[in-house]
Amino acid sequence: MTGPAVLAEARTPERRSRTYGVGRTAWSSLVIAVAVVVATPVLAVVIDGLGSLGESAQPRGLARMVLTTLALMLGVGAGSLVVGGGLAWLVTAYRFPLRNVLVWLLVLPLAMPAYVLGFVFLSVFDVAGPVQTLLRAVFGADVWVPEVRSLPAAVLVMTLSLYPYVYLLTRSALIEQSSGTYDAARTLGATRGRALRRVLLPLARPSLAAGLALVMMETLTDFATVQYFNVQTVSVGVYLVWKGTFDFHAATQLAVLVLLFAVAVLAAEKALRGRARYHQLGSRRQGFQPERLRGARGWAATTLCVAALSAGFLIPVAQLLLWAAGQASADTSVLTDPRFVDYLANSLLVAAITAVSCVVLAVSIGHAIRLGGGRFVSFAAQLTTFGYAVPGAVVGIGVLLSFAAADTALERAGVPGGTGLIVTGSVIGILYAYVIRFLAPAYQSIGASFEKIPPTVTFSALSLGAAPRRVLARVHFPLARPGVAVALMLVVIDAVKELPIVLLLRPFGFTTASVWVYELARENFWEKASLPALVIVAVAIIPVFVLVRQTRRDETGTTAPGEVRQ
Amino acid sequence: MHPRPLLTTLVGMTALTSILTGCGAIGGQSADLQIYSARHYDLEGAFGQFTDETGITVEFISGDDAELLERLKAEGEDTPADVFMTVDAGNLWNGARQGELAAIDSAVLDEAVPEDLRDAEGRWYGLAMRARTVTYNPENVDPAEFDAVETYAGLADPRWKDRLCMRDATSAYTQSLVASLIELHGRARALEIVQGWVANNVEIMSNDVLLLDAIDAGTCDVGINNHYYLARTLAEKPELNVDLFWASQEGAGTHVNISGAGVVDGADNPEDAQRLIEWLATDGQNAFVDANHEYPVNPAVEPEPVIADFGDFTRMPLNAEAYGTLNADAVDLLAEAGYR
Repeated sequence: MTGPAVLAEARTPERRSRTYGVGRTAWSSLVIAVAVVVATPVLAVVIDGLGSLGESAQPRGLARMVLTTLALMLGVGAGSLVVGGGLAWLVTAYRFPLRNVLVWLLVLPLAMPAYVLGFVFLSVFDVAGPVQTLLRAVFGADVWVPEVRSLPAAVLVMTLSLYPYVYLLTRSALIEQSSGTYDAARTLGATRGRALRRVLLPLARPSLAAGLALVMMETLTDFATVQYFNVQTVSVGVYLVWKGTFDFHAATQLAVLVLLFAVAVLAAEKALRGRARYHQLGSRRQGFQPERLRGARGWAATTLCVAALSAGFLIPVAQLLLWAAGQASADTSVLTDPRFVDYLANSLLVAAITAVSCVVLAVSIGHAIRLGGGRFVSFAAQLTTFGYAVPGAVVGIGVLLSFAAADTALERAGVPGGTGLIVTGSVIGILYAYVIRFLAPAYQSIGASFEKIPPTVTFSALSLGAAPRRVLARVHFPLARPGVAVALMLVVIDAVKELPIVLLLRPFGFTTASVWVYELARENFWEKASLPALVIVAVAIIPVFVLVRQTRRDETGTTAPGEVRQ
Repeated sequence: MHPRPLLTTLVGMTALTSILTGCGAIGGQSADLQIYSARHYDLEGAFGQFTDETGITVEFISGDDAELLERLKAEGEDTPADVFMTVDAGNLWNGARQGELAAIDSAVLDEAVPEDLRDAEGRWYGLAMRARTVTYNPENVDPAEFDAVETYAGLADPRWKDRLCMRDATSAYTQSLVASLIELHGRARALEIVQGWVANNVEIMSNDVLLLDAIDAGTCDVGINNHYYLARTLAEKPELNVDLFWASQEGAGTHVNISGAGVVDGADNPEDAQRLIEWLATDGQNAFVDANHEYPVNPAVEPEPVIADFGDFTRMPLNAEAYGTLNADAVDLLAEAGYR
């Protein structure tokens, strides 16, 4: 378990082969294999879309949908950057009342599915909701209120539910940074603002970019929340065409357009990260020393945090609790419904398997790239993240299409029964589709951590004779740990909330909490849906707790095995 | 040695998952009949009663119509589904057109289901009927203001400026209503009607319940709703300030749509599948439609009390093929009229 033991095992004659030899080829092939497996269903959709190009007319108003999509993505992106990045900076750089609790509470909006938040928002703020009713009662029937079902409102709600991506990644970037650079800048006479702009922001840039990319891709693929606000994005167009015109191929063509947006997001992310690479040298033990905000300034900081938290989490939860209480008081048997346990277990199970699979794959990819796979491997790694930018139902269809093709091919080759019902007869289809969708958040967080490991650390370990596998276990994994923790949490939460894939691919007898909410919400039984919705929120809180314990430990440096390796 | 919480969590989670997957305890068929359903209203009750009466066990997967159809297509011969159940005549028509539904020959169903509510070849049968009609706030609207011949078209009249609320263009309800207007009046006239609604600054709402709330609150005077949302809301809130007006009673009749089912092509158990559909259209009608306040398709079966209070009405005959083929035109027309 200790560093020097690794050094003692160095065997000079084997050093060369270990550094440049089979280890790399094997790791590179792994990345390419993962990319192929993950990209196949997405490609199946692309092929279907491009194959039927020109056969079906594009929907009227497509240009408008494209513009709406752009506006929504930019709005939510900017909003998340300000809210998520700003809050991350606030809780890391300053100490103020309740800060220690708020640090992790601020992640909670992530636990609230955006489609639930959207509905609660509407039921509170729409014309017949309590707020406008009150306004009319006080100021008369003609009181002016901003349009609730509008693009700005959609931007606001989605920002409130998505900012934690930026918040989490930025915060882990700030924690991982040694205070040395910042302190040096301050000692040399830079103001706080200038040190922030010139030193910290550039250092946090990869993480900001990664978080922003996640937010934009979530925004891009959302179709449930935006519809509450009458905002027609290209993803809404996919469904509109698919369901409204019964033309599946025209819908896949639009899905390809959604993918193009995703490519643009990822290209922008790369550009934002820039060509420069920032690595941490020196010990992380000496973390960032937060400055105490006193008096009114301290409470102002607290208020800011509480405001974001209330809008994105506390108020909607209160509304859900109110509905749930109404339900429970009318009929207490709803509280002991045995389906809670059953559906919850299902949700947790697929979420846990998905999270572990995604983290293992993402760490392997990060490791392989670090070993120097070259452009082809980097490209393959990039390919594995596209699934996140494809609407869930489309990924599900892609999985169905790929397996249907494999089934036919196998039967032609003389295998009786082909693949059988493997996709929809078991949870394998769901897991496969989940990995495709959620490898991106895992890789974004872990990749951002990997970027901060100086290459010299990797090369020292390799040149001292450690095999790539050992470098992974003893150097890369421990150093990337903050990213791994964030990745686990993001994927578990995402997977618990996920709906379209599980709806499409689940076998008989397999229902999750999100499906339950959907079945009730679809028919507008919102009061009845409040209990299972609260269950989803509660489940998503668990990984948040785990993460908080983890980051606290990293922050205080009590374990932090990473630093020893340098 | 340092504790490694993260690593322990990882290992623990992996171990747990391997045990659970190893047991193979997840999923799998266990009943006589498997159903894919895009209809969700309290299916358990009706199916439970069917099992009690016949001994045939039923399990179902709920989902969205278009997705479930793609799933049926992709599963092909391997599909476990025996019955495909969905909402909207256009979806039923599309399922039959795509070759996913098998024709059945049933004297029981031919007798129970009116001719326009079932497929001529017996590939699907309507089982529950909803009406999409006009709702209004009686404090602000005198029902005599409505055009009794062409009520939907009449809402394009400038007298309704700033008084209308309707559902969004993505909603299947809006699309099928507009499709039936195209069938009735031709595209050009249907476009004028929708443009008239838009010119009246129609407030677009994203669901029927919020729409009723808005009428109740008086922020809208008139809306177009599925009748059962009103029945459901009235059942919870009898003092609701919303009345129903049966549209176009002196003209073509009120727009209706159906939920229905068909036997899946290549079903493992087509006999029991047919038996279920027959039961749902006869003895099971009340169990199937009442909880959601829908109208039975079977004329011999009485509607439940809340909707019986709405009174009798003449419905527009349903042409599933028109709903199916014109739906795409409806989507296009709505976009052209600037209705979102």
